[in-house]
Amino acid sequence: MTGAPAVARLERVSHRYGKVAALDDVSLDLPAGRIVGVIGPDGVGKSTLLALVAGVRRMQSGRVTVFGGDMAQPRHRRREGARIAYMPQGLGRNLYPTLSVFENIDFHGRLFGQGASERRARITDLLTATGLDPFEDRPAGKLSGGMKQKLSLCCALIHDPDLLILDEPTTGVDPLSRGQFWELIASIRAGRPGMSVVVATAYMDEASRFEWLVAMDDGHVIADGTPAALLERTAKPDMEAAFIALLPPEKQAQHRPVVLRPRPPRLDTVPAIEAEHLTRRFGRFIAVDDVSFRIARGEIFGFLGSNGCGKSTTIKMLTGLLPVSEGTAKLFCRPVGDNDMETRRNVGYMSQAFSLYSELTVLQNLELHAQLYHLPPHDRPVRIKELLERYELEPVKDARPDSLPLGIKQRLQLAVAVLHRPAMLILDEPTSGVDPIARDAFWRTLIDLSRDEGVTIFLSTHFMNEAERCDRISLMHAGRVLAVGTPAELVRERGSTSLETCFIDYLAEAAGLDAKVAQKAAKGTAPEKSPAQPATVTAPPRGTAHRQRFDPRRLWAYARRETMELLRDPIRIAFAFIGPILLMIAFGYGISFDVENLRFSAFDQDNSPESRQLVDAFTSSRYFSEQPPIRSAPELDRRFRNGSVQIALEIPPRFGRDLQSGRAPEVAVWLDGAMPFRAETSRGYVTGLANQYAHQLAMERLGTDPSATRVSVETRFRYNQAFRSVNAMVPSVMMLLLILIPAIMSAIAVVREKETGSIANFRSTPVTKFEFLLGKQLPYIGIAMISFGLLVLVALFVFDVPVKGSFAALVLGTLFYVAATTGFGQFISTFMKTQVAAVFATALLSIIPAVNFSGLLVPISSLSGSARLIGLSLPPAWYQPVTAGTFTKGLPFAELGLNILVLAGFALLFLILSQLLLRKQEA
Amino acid sequence: MGGPAPSDRTAFAPFRIGLGTHASNLFRLVVKELRSIRADPVMLCLVVYAFTFAVHSVASGASTEVRNLTIGVVDEDRSDLSRQIVSAFNPPLVKTVVPITPAEIDPAMDTGRLVFVVELPPRLQKDVLSGRPTEVQLGVDATAMTQAGNGSIYIQTIIAQEVARFAARSDLTDTAPVQVVTRAKFNPNLQTSWFTSVMQVINNITLLTVILTGAALIREREQGTVEHLLVMPLVPVEIMLAKVIANGLVILVGAGLSLVVVVEGWLGVPIAGSIALFLLGAGLYALAVAALGILLGTIASSMGQFGLLVIPILLLMQLLSGSSTPMESMPYWLQILVQTVSPTPHFVALAQAVLYRGAGPSVVWPQLVALVALGSVYFVFALARFRRVIFGA
Repeated sequence: MTGAPAVARLERVSHRYGKVAALDDVSLDLPAGRIVGVIGPDGVGKSTLLALVAGVRRMQSGRVTVFGGDMAQPRHRRREGARIAYMPQGLGRNLYPTLSVFENIDFHGRLFGQGASERRARITDLLTATGLDPFEDRPAGKLSGGMKQKLSLCCALIHDPDLLILDEPTTGVDPLSRGQFWELIASIRAGRPGMSVVVATAYMDEASRFEWLVAMDDGHVIADGTPAALLERTAKPDMEAAFIALLPPEKQAQHRPVVLRPRPPRLDTVPAIEAEHLTRRFGRFIAVDDVSFRIARGEIFGFLGSNGCGKSTTIKMLTGLLPVSEGTAKLFCRPVGDNDMETRRNVGYMSQAFSLYSELTVLQNLELHAQLYHLPPHDRPVRIKELLERYELEPVKDARPDSLPLGIKQRLQLAVAVLHRPAMLILDEPTSGVDPIARDAFWRTLIDLSRDEGVTIFLSTHFMNEAERCDRISLMHAGRVLAVGTPAELVRERGSTSLETCFIDYLAEAAGLDAKVAQKAAKGTAPEKSPAQPATVTAPPRGTAHRQRFDPRRLWAYARRETMELLRDPIRIAFAFIGPILLMIAFGYGISFDVENLRFSAFDQDNSPESRQLVDAFTSSRYFSEQPPIRSAPELDRRFRNGSVQIALEIPPRFGRDLQSGRAPEVAVWLDGAMPFRAETSRGYVTGLANQYAHQLAMERLGTDPSATRVSVETRFRYNQAFRSVNAMVPSVMMLLLILIPAIMSAIAVVREKETGSIANFRSTPVTKFEFLLGKQLPYIGIAMISFGLLVLVALFVFDVPVKGSFAALVLGTLFYVAATTGFGQFISTFMKTQVAAVFATALLSIIPAVNFSGLLVPISSLSGSARLIGLSLPPAWYQPVTAGTFTKGLPFAELGLNILVLAGFALLFLILSQLLLRKQEA
Repeated sequence: MGGPAPSDRTAFAPFRIGLGTHASNLFRLVVKELRSIRADPVMLCLVVYAFTFAVHSVASGASTEVRNLTIGVVDEDRSDLSRQIVSAFNPPLVKTVVPITPAEIDPAMDTGRLVFVVELPPRLQKDVLSGRPTEVQLGVDATAMTQAGNGSIYIQTIIAQEVARFAARSDLTDTAPVQVVTRAKFNPNLQTSWFTSVMQVINNITLLTVILTGAALIREREQGTVEHLLVMPLVPVEIMLAKVIANGLVILVGAGLSLVVVVEGWLGVPIAGSIALFLLGAGLYALAVAALGILLGTIASSMGQFGLLVIPILLLMQLLSGSSTPMESMPYWLQILVQTVSPTPHFVALAQAVLYRGAGPSVVWPQLVALVALGSVYFVFALARFRRVIFGA
């Protein structure tokens, strides 16, 4: 097909997600040593194709050969994987936002086993080449989109890959940064001519500069060849038109070109939007700086600018979402912001990301908005029907938005935005990520709204061909407006050939760059004169370290990075250190089985000396606090009902006489059974008091106690002579907390990476599952040991519960226990996809057995059957004897040896289980 | 969309915001929230599970009743009396009796295999018959707090009874001068399940209301839909109130059904008082904790953070509420602190009074007042944070 040797070959590859086929029987060669573009709109299978070639996704059917080996073979992936670099889709998806620019690249260098000096040299070179060197210490999360992508690229290039795979690296990035990005790639390729690059992109203008193109649609490759060949084949002037021409005929039929119409002459006396000296500060950072503009009614006004230049902030100020720091914004001559409901009813807004209710159907979303905008009830169904037809949503009206393609979702958002017939639309990047056909359809409706209905449209965009369709545009950079005018005016003023070069020119000037360099950068074809030719990439001293099965440096890289991230996250730190202490104090005081201060009252119907003696016997108890006496049976009932009495002694009339005559009168003690544990303990107290009273009577009457001559039961409370609840609770609570918190934290650690996307680094680098798991586990073991130390201090100083037994046994047992519980968390995390699910699942799975089956409430010896089995098959039941043994029972090391051994076994078991269940490749 | 008539689109439609508008907005938003809850099968399953099986399993599982004891017996007497005592250790109080030797006592208790050890001395029977005072040793592992105290009293009573019965047969008569009969009101057999089932329903109300409301807010923040609400002609209090009401309503219905179907029907726990009064209290309580959920939802920026934040707070609220162990057992300063900052102890007190003791409004009005007061403070505080964080105002 290509003549050139293939770096990767796909043979009959199919890939499905549930019922959806992402790739359908694709056979393809990707030529080596070239820059290959994979083009097509969202959701046609570009990402899947790239992920399969990179080896980060598991093969379903077919065969992918890279560097002459089968990517389905783990051995081949291990051997050749380090020659591949993969940059996932999304701005900075493989970066760690709290880590600095340097630390991010450094982490990747460590994963490839590079030494400190080698890393330093390479990072310096890469940062110089990308122009990121002034920002070495800035956290990645605080970079602009373009800078994030450059940093991602640096991370991918740290190990001199032979195959560089980039998944939509420039989506959502402004033209200047895009140009710089491609310049960087070109200069690196110039230094390493053998390197192959595979790029997915949705920008057709970018694609026309690549050396080879693969056009995709709906899981199929519809064409491949050089850009010139594709243009020639379709006989179209540009790649966007060529791509549409390559689509199957039924899709082409949906496409109608956008026709611009002049605005009808109107009385443009009152402006629709007036912004005067708008300024917005976030702390010391000025996001929007003294921005002024006036927009006439019915105008389509385009807002262009690099990422993070303040476009969205300006839009949020115009919609009233953000308060203004300085200046004024007026919509239809009314100031924005002071909760002006009338203005809000006249504005339709569409935010950057899809922001309708994904849990409601299309129809329900429209109905909700119709109701909240108070459309008259008779008008609602008419209007909704009109919109469903106009925006071609009728067939999907009962579907939920998240099941719809991006283009349809954007149409729905627009339908919602215009539903209440606003006089103005404010749209924040409405077409980002939408395919060309859907974008053109979207624009036709915008033009209709503006021209036919006089709706003012204010929108931001990155697409130059969209900017050209606006009546006027404004260029923004670093919070300031650089220029405002019609597209033609701006191009003419600047003497540029196109709007894009004009825009880059303005941006470069504002950024203080040489315009010529910037222009070349934009074309991506200036390797020979590139000012920053990376020198390192020429002769890479490639070690073999990354091919080893186990490399402690990679393990350390993960452990180190995890610790740094953790230390920079206040919520997780608070959870790790303050959480256990607070909970220990709460448990210590809250779970108390000491029953005291019982509210006692006597209902003495006899009122004889004998009855008063009996009452005295009860009131003298230190567990009871005496309440006013009860006078009648209904009062007894009432006082129990309102809870002012918990124990009542009811003495019958004639008690004294019956006692005198030896008729053994019966007295009743009433207990409040609402809380059974308290009642049962009270009953114990009553039994004791009754015995005491009987003894006293006998002594008085006979001078001896007949029962004393029999058997007395001498009860010895061992280990906890004072019988204080805290003595027993503190060790058990330690068992509970040291599973709950470490397990949640380690589960989060893995699932977080899945959620943010940085798990891609684990999938695309030589790090092994063992290194990954243990590396991420070690910091949490350390943290758990520190919080264990804190808990011991709390036990000692707050609750006065000292360690009486072997401290060494306690420490060693705890070490293995937290190794097991953090391993348990990792084990759970292998099943979980979201952090919130991981938190609650881990909490449930650790609290239930720890509380119920591990000796906290019920001693293990009282458990039977499955409860006992569950208890003994998890670590807490084995650790509780260690804490209880060392804190209260004063046991020596030897007696706890078995428990410690079993805990070590659990730690090993969970590590092995996680290792077996964790997948290096995505499903 | 009709014909081109640009001029009529530039004029403002007159629009007044009255109480009716607020009420209608609120109603629409509540319906929207309810639809959102219905569309989330995981949360719904959690609610259903928590109010059915979780209540049942907690009620029938974890028990602080003293039962299933394992008792070690050192029988050095091997007489009729000692055998009679051992055979009196029966289920449900005692699960197994393990005969052991004196040397085995320490290791068995150290490892926690045995919580109670009874040592019957040699010549026990002879001493009893001859009226000589004698002593039975009962060793108790006092680290097993739920069993040690009450268990030792029961064992003492059993031994005393058996000795008395043995003595009675041997014509050594003795009757106590006074018969003391204890009767428990509201729960005659002191069944733990009566208590734990209802307390579990209460714990669920707290847990689910906070999680559901907080998650609903964070979901809107993560999806960006909250921005959409903010550009509409709505005021913050409508948005927040809708979340509080919708989630509170779901929980209230769940709690009511759980009480009638699971607690009363399935577990057979009698409910003494008015369920309507309980639900009134539960409604007020749900509003207060839903406001707490909103508050937490404004502090956490992602679901993951919300999870980390909410778990310790929920545990604290539950443990220190009097629904696990008696409120009176806590240090006095802590009781005052908890009752000042948390609505939970007031609701627990109300629930216990109404459901077990059949108390009416004349008894529980102080709790109702406390719930309204704390709920209002929570609500105002949450609303202020909601405005500041979400509206940036």
